[in-house]
Amino acid sequence: MARLSYLDAGRAALAEELARDPLVWAIGEDLGRGGVFGQYRGLTETFGPDRVSDAPISEAAILGAAVGAAMTGTRPVVEMRFSDFALCAVDELVNQAAKARFMFGGQARVPLVVREPIGMWRSSAAQHSQSLESWYAHIPGLVVACPATPADNKGMLKAAIRCDDPVVYMEHKNLWGLEDEVPDDPDYLVPFGEARIVRGGGDATIVSWSAQVHVAAAAAEALAGQGIEAEVIDLRSIWPWDKERVLASVARTGRLLVTHEAVAVAGFGAEIAATVAERLGRDLKTPVRRLGAPRAPVGYAPPVEDAVRVSRDAIVAAVTEMMR
Amino acid sequence: MMHRIRALEEVALRGLADKVVLGAIHPSIGQEAVPVGVMGHMSADDLLLSTHRGHGHTLAKGASATAMMHELLGRVGGNCGGKGGSMHIADFEVGMLGANGVVGANIVIAAGAAHAIKLRRENRMVACFFGDGAINRGPFLEGLNWAAVFRLPVLFVCEDNGYSATTRTATMTAGAGPAARARAIGVPAVEVDGNDVLAVDAAAAELIGAIRAGDGPRFLHARTYRITGHTGADPATYRPAGEVEAQAHNDPIGRARDTLLAAGVAAAEVDAVRAAALAEMEAAYGSARAAPYPPADQAFVDVQDIGSPAVEAY
Ligand SMILES: Cc1ncc(C[n+]2csc(CCOP(=O)(O)OP(=O)(O)O)c2C)c(N)n1
Ligand SMILES: [Mg+2]
Repeated sequence: MARLSYLDAGRAALAEELARDPLVWAIGEDLGRGGVFGQYRGLTETFGPDRVSDAPISEAAILGAAVGAAMTGTRPVVEMRFSDFALCAVDELVNQAAKARFMFGGQARVPLVVREPIGMWRSSAAQHSQSLESWYAHIPGLVVACPATPADNKGMLKAAIRCDDPVVYMEHKNLWGLEDEVPDDPDYLVPFGEARIVRGGGDATIVSWSAQVHVAAAAAEALAGQGIEAEVIDLRSIWPWDKERVLASVARTGRLLVTHEAVAVAGFGAEIAATVAERLGRDLKTPVRRLGAPRAPVGYAPPVEDAVRVSRDAIVAAVTEMMR
Repeated sequence: MMHRIRALEEVALRGLADKVVLGAIHPSIGQEAVPVGVMGHMSADDLLLSTHRGHGHTLAKGASATAMMHELLGRVGGNCGGKGGSMHIADFEVGMLGANGVVGANIVIAAGAAHAIKLRRENRMVACFFGDGAINRGPFLEGLNWAAVFRLPVLFVCEDNGYSATTRTATMTAGAGPAARARAIGVPAVEVDGNDVLAVDAAAAELIGAIRAGDGPRFLHARTYRITGHTGADPATYRPAGEVEAQAHNDPIGRARDTLLAAGVAAAEVDAVRAAALAEMEAAYGSARAAPYPPADQAFVDVQDIGSPAVEAY
């Protein structure tokens, strides 16, 4: 174990995989200087500019070239800088990467990782703050990962690089500095579709992912002070998502709250709520609840930005109400 | 080869009329000299990225006509098991990495395939075909710039048939055209009469020689003409009267025939090539018609390993 930040855990994961497999390489704008957030710092120096490469400001080409390079036997990791900019490469991801294997009748594999940092990061405003994970959960062919902890950012990025499917890998910008213990086993892999129980509890189940997990955990802490024991589940990946663990928990608690930073309307919380309602509806003690952002762009001024955050207090209030 | 492409598409058009070719097909009748002239300089190791109008590219790259016909009919035995159809045909065995339903999307993919070749220090190249309409999409700029910046082994081939679907491309394209745009990005470009198979062959030889010498990407602008409509179902009434007729003398197959006859080749010999091509495609068509559709459970195969719908679709 080593104490690492979320950012350094991701950097270590990539460095280990670059060292392990000569077919792994990374490309994106500004990587030669460490990338916009420093998550590539030192890697070009260690592995050379061919393997950790600068790219032109050509999101479609970064992702499209990765598709071609992945089909030609390499394992590219592409950096899109912000999930907002990855929208310039939606054709390459949705129509090309996600479809090639199927439409070519199994002839192609597209083992690429698309790193697209998500989330609100103080005053980044409307075009640098979005959480778009549910868009990609909707697309057959893609795996969608949203790590919440340093250990997961290491184990999931390594798993993503070793995976033969295209993986949309969404790190949360507000977590870069978060520190925790991270395993240093070079084969530490976190499998997709296995949720993590952040905290046990028998009164209600709170499901979340990415940075919102920490808000949910803080809410559970506050609820415990009121004598309410909420179980907090970090999904880690939303496709695949760990239905079994969620259903087992809700079967026990009889109450489900899903919370995410993304807009609530058509967010992935809706999928979870619907699944739980379909499978366990009759046994629920109270109707399922969702807490996501209102359907509004993210604002620049702090009060405007905060108005679309799902706060700890909002979660506490919702669960308290569900207990009545 | 030009006869084989022509015959494959003539039979495929009949298949459309017979309602056994299921989706849209985009014939390249009249454009056959371009892929034939280029692909003569490529081996099975080299890679190809193609377009919606890709039957000629695919056949010239070495794919089996029988497998292609099965694919066009959506049958077992197709190159993609009947799951791709005309617009997603691919044959990785012969280095054909896919047609594409999205105009221009293959340009950046081709750059990436060439990037992988460079990273792996292999001695191969990539050819990327696209139409005159595709040069107005962003990936054209992004892909050419990428290939030039990284000095990648790609030949970009613009098959300029004058039309973007039903629109005269010239009415919607500013500037001096595809070659000028390529040169502006630093990719050396050659313009050629794309209906003269010997001229295409010679131009491709020169450009591919430079690519194989490690000089980076090259661009071929081939002027040609689409004799049919945009799709097999398009009567192309938007074309001015007499335009197609005026092109009659310009058919690449007719021109090659004239060249051969002038060189002393017997007409019967040339006709025999055409007859053999037709017989081959008729047999392929018969084989495809007799083959079954893939079973419904193929809908869940080859989607993804993790989170596969074969395990759980919801
Ligand atoms: C991104 C995109 N936009 C529009 C279309 C619809 N479309 C299919 S083919 C075509 C015309 C393409 O013209 P060109 O690139 O010259 O190729 P050609 O059909 O002439 O071979 C259009 C507009 C598409 N397939 N993809
Ligand atoms: Mg055209």
